[in-house]
Amino acid sequence: MDDLDGVVAEALEVFAAAGDPASLEQSKARYLGKAGRLTEALKSLGKLDPAERREAGARINAAKEQIEGALAARRDALMEAELEARLRGEAVDVTLPGRMRARGSVHPVIRTWRRVEDIFRSIGFAVADGPEIETDWYNFTALNQPENHPARSMHDTFYVEGGLLLRTHTSPMQVRYARTHEPPIKVIAPGRTYRVDSDATHSPMFHQVEGLWIDENISFADLKGVYTDFLRRFFETDQLDVRFRPSFFPFTEPSAEIDMAFSSGPLKGRWLEISGSGQVHPQVIRNFGLDPERHIGFAFGSGLERLTMLRYGVGDLRLFFEGDVRFLEQFA
Amino acid sequence: MQFSERWLRSIVDPKLSTAELAHLLTMSGLEVEACDPVAPDFAGVVVAQVLDFEKHPNADRLKVCRVDAGGEIVKIVCGAPNVVEGMKVPLARVGAALPGADGAVVSIQRATMRGVDSEGMLCSARELGLSDDHGGLLVLRDDATVGTDVRDALALDDHVFTVKLTPNRADCLSVLGIAREVAALTGAALVPPSLAPVVATADVTHPVRIDSPAGCGRFTGRIIRNVNASAATPDWMRERLERAGQRCISILVDVTNYVMLELGRPLHVYDADKLRGPVVVRFGRAGESVELLNGQTVPLADDVLAITDDSGPIGLAGIMGGESTKADLDTRHCFLEAAFFFPDAIAGRARRYNFGSDASHRFERGVDFDNNLAGIERATRLIVDICGGEPGPVTDVVAALPARPPVSMRIARAQKIIGVPIPADEMAEIFSRLGLVATRTGSGVDEAFVVTPPSYRFDLVIEEDLIEEVARVHGFERIPTVPPRAPASMQALPEAIRSLHEIRDRMADLGYHETINFSFVDAAWEADLAGSSNPIRVLNPIASQMSVMRTTLLGGLLSAIRYNANRKLPRVRVFEVGRVFLRDPSAQDGPLSVAGLTQPMRVAGAAWGAVVDEQWGVPARHVDFHDAKGDVESLLAPISARFEAAVHPALHPGRSARIVIAGRSAGWIGELHPRWQQSFGIPSPVVLFELDAEPLQARGLPALEEISKLPGLRRDVAVLVDEHIPAGAMLDRLREGLPAIVETVEVFDVYRGKGVENGKRSLAFRVLMQDTRRTLTDADADEVVATALSLLEQSFGAKLRT
Repeated sequence: MDDLDGVVAEALEVFAAAGDPASLEQSKARYLGKAGRLTEALKSLGKLDPAERREAGARINAAKEQIEGALAARRDALMEAELEARLRGEAVDVTLPGRMRARGSVHPVIRTWRRVEDIFRSIGFAVADGPEIETDWYNFTALNQPENHPARSMHDTFYVEGGLLLRTHTSPMQVRYARTHEPPIKVIAPGRTYRVDSDATHSPMFHQVEGLWIDENISFADLKGVYTDFLRRFFETDQLDVRFRPSFFPFTEPSAEIDMAFSSGPLKGRWLEISGSGQVHPQVIRNFGLDPERHIGFAFGSGLERLTMLRYGVGDLRLFFEGDVRFLEQFA
Repeated sequence: MQFSERWLRSIVDPKLSTAELAHLLTMSGLEVEACDPVAPDFAGVVVAQVLDFEKHPNADRLKVCRVDAGGEIVKIVCGAPNVVEGMKVPLARVGAALPGADGAVVSIQRATMRGVDSEGMLCSARELGLSDDHGGLLVLRDDATVGTDVRDALALDDHVFTVKLTPNRADCLSVLGIAREVAALTGAALVPPSLAPVVATADVTHPVRIDSPAGCGRFTGRIIRNVNASAATPDWMRERLERAGQRCISILVDVTNYVMLELGRPLHVYDADKLRGPVVVRFGRAGESVELLNGQTVPLADDVLAITDDSGPIGLAGIMGGESTKADLDTRHCFLEAAFFFPDAIAGRARRYNFGSDASHRFERGVDFDNNLAGIERATRLIVDICGGEPGPVTDVVAALPARPPVSMRIARAQKIIGVPIPADEMAEIFSRLGLVATRTGSGVDEAFVVTPPSYRFDLVIEEDLIEEVARVHGFERIPTVPPRAPASMQALPEAIRSLHEIRDRMADLGYHETINFSFVDAAWEADLAGSSNPIRVLNPIASQMSVMRTTLLGGLLSAIRYNANRKLPRVRVFEVGRVFLRDPSAQDGPLSVAGLTQPMRVAGAAWGAVVDEQWGVPARHVDFHDAKGDVESLLAPISARFEAAVHPALHPGRSARIVIAGRSAGWIGELHPRWQQSFGIPSPVVLFELDAEPLQARGLPALEEISKLPGLRRDVAVLVDEHIPAGAMLDRLREGLPAIVETVEVFDVYRGKGVENGKRSLAFRVLMQDTRRTLTDADADEVVATALSLLEQSFGAKLRT
């Protein structure tokens, strides 16, 4: 009885030595089982007088608790080790490539198209789209470019059967949209356009985005404001100089060619033509079905390929139309 | 328009550097496309005269020259073949810096050549970087002053300006016109060339008549007798003409070109002895033709203006003179023409004949109708000075000249359109600098300037034309960049219609790369892939394989597959969103439509090669119909479509289906027909699909269905059935015939082979049952299975697979 401490110490030693749950449960019986040493000790309490019995009982119980605690701890440790061993066996090679399907991509010019839409929508522009086979009236006449006008030779036009043509610019959408909407008219019209031109820097099919804002008081200064802001948002930099240079388009007056130059980076300081623009010509406003005395405003037309090339550093226009997956997947 | 800076500066010389001058022109709307020095930098080269020379004692090909370098005689060893005594040549003196290859500088040293000292180098044109001519020394003019810098002697400190003029600025198609603009922009003095009349010394004229005043408003002419037409064109004129990109031809022609470039006044010179009777300007007649100076013989028409004499047409008015009456080196008496032709009578005609000329370029944009006399006088002066001769009096026939109605510009309107309150005084100043006579009228919002445009401005017709002049000369750069102000009204896109961008995103998520293919295609593609024998034709295609408008997107996608397959990519998925062009006689002109055709938007995809990129965890397999069908179903979701076996010209007849959405045909899917696979040269099958965008976009809004809290039941039904019976038909039958508690029926297994007799297959259907009000029992499920079996047996002869 007096060697309770010895029993406890021995139990702790035996439990620690148990290498698996089965041998642990076996050794448990030696101390806590029916014939176990502590059970025997408790049985012997009856022989003691009450005062001694209380004191001895407390000591035995303390020893029992100690042994039970050690047993539980050892049990947990063994289970933990067993689980760990099992999980170690289940390990996979995390460095092998994932079993994922390949990612596709949206075409870079369309990516630009969408970004332009998003930027102009953010200040309330609508987006319109319309026919690519156009009538002469919408493509030229309504835009103040009658037959034999020298400006027509600026556009080399593809003609199709039936006296129709492939639109040479997105400007016909100005007329189509304005004739079916009430001012204020705020719209951009991105889309495909066509000109008889094919070399390293010209594609017979390309993309433009047209912009039009007509209200009672939309001035050339507003054009400068909107377009400059657009370029800075599009390229996400204020390190960008924009200049408006007098030019001529039959459908705007005053007309401006818009040039931009980065003030840092590889193209630093080079003026790049980015857009044609101007205040909408009064004859065109009339062709919208509006009164130029009351409604004025600006229009612009920009090349989406140009914006895309500058944005992503694409050097060759032909890449856009070859369908080379090695090019396209870089825009995933 | 190309010209020499020195020529321009001889008329107006602002205190600006070359670069500043170019910037000024560009920013005023005369875009300087190029501004190139006429010679590279070099220094230390003078005009020298070869006094005499002797053979080099130690070298056969070399000569030892005694050269006068201007007050100093130097000895130069030279190997050039063209050395003669007395000639004047460029001498690079010791210390001179010559242009070398790639911008390097070659410096000239005192040298000993085969034992003889040489104090410099005599130069060829190539050694000075003036041309590629290395055949001998550059021979200078006899009257060049020995000792002067060659750069001065040859006027090499000059630049060639190339200005890209917009069609409205015909007034700037001359050095004087550009100078006028520079003077207006800078305030520098304008010194035009002398245009004083040359007194007639011969009493001879040639009769002139205008029969078509609608085409020719004015015809001014003059005879000059006894000219020496073979006189050399003086160097100063040659230099200006060449720097303007004009080839020298003969003195008479060179003078007319010179005056055209100087004053913007096209002239023509005839050999007076070759003219037969009066010169008459009239529209052409059918059947007439004329042989032109460029050797071409062209037919006339009743809207083409001709110069004629008794022999018939002798030139295309305002475009090009004729061969039969041209002045050449043997001409003795010449006749000068300075006419005004209306732009409308000239425009487009040269283009019709497929050529253009400097004259037609100017006449179709508008030529000053008030400088005919000036042009004649200037040319007479030059001819008489260079070729001698006796001029007759000027004949000046005026039929009708363009009106120049005054144009009014309201000050307030100009300020509103430009967006800047430019003061009226500044506007007045701008008009005055532009040489526009402007008077101020009215008051308040009607206060205006009234401008009568000069004869050389054809672009000042309406108020905005003047507003543009004000804005331009005020300077676009000075107009503020104003952030726009507008009422903020919200805009939202309809939620039930998905945008094409969302469709593109979904295609990209499905692994497809977006391509952009030309809308005009090979006619053979149309015939093969769309069975379209009558696509809309492009009348002026750039290539025969781009001659018709596409009615399907498939050709472009196949071309992209081939491109990538040829480059050994193992797996290609591409798509395109774009329009096709279909004839539709019932289509009318409308807000977004053009009569006779429709231009609907389509979405198409093509899948070729491995089903996934070669991968350790997935067995390799070629993409097939059902892979692509799965992609289409994912693309369509939440829209569900029916796939009906049907035949399409592009597709394998046993592996193609029409895609039907809401009862309407919306597109096609299938494997490319092996015949086209072969003709496209694609090594293995391609699966293609093409859908109309509109039904695909109409996704609708989610309409919620109650989710049952009660457990559902599943039963699987496997049957044996004839192989040719489509699973879709069996599904249709089940969906329509089973009771309402059946929520979904799908095929989940297809089996052929061991245990299934030949010609049959086993199909397993999964039936999910659900009721929102009561818990279903096994008895309910058994009843559904029995019904399913009997439906399949009755309709398709299917037997329960046991």
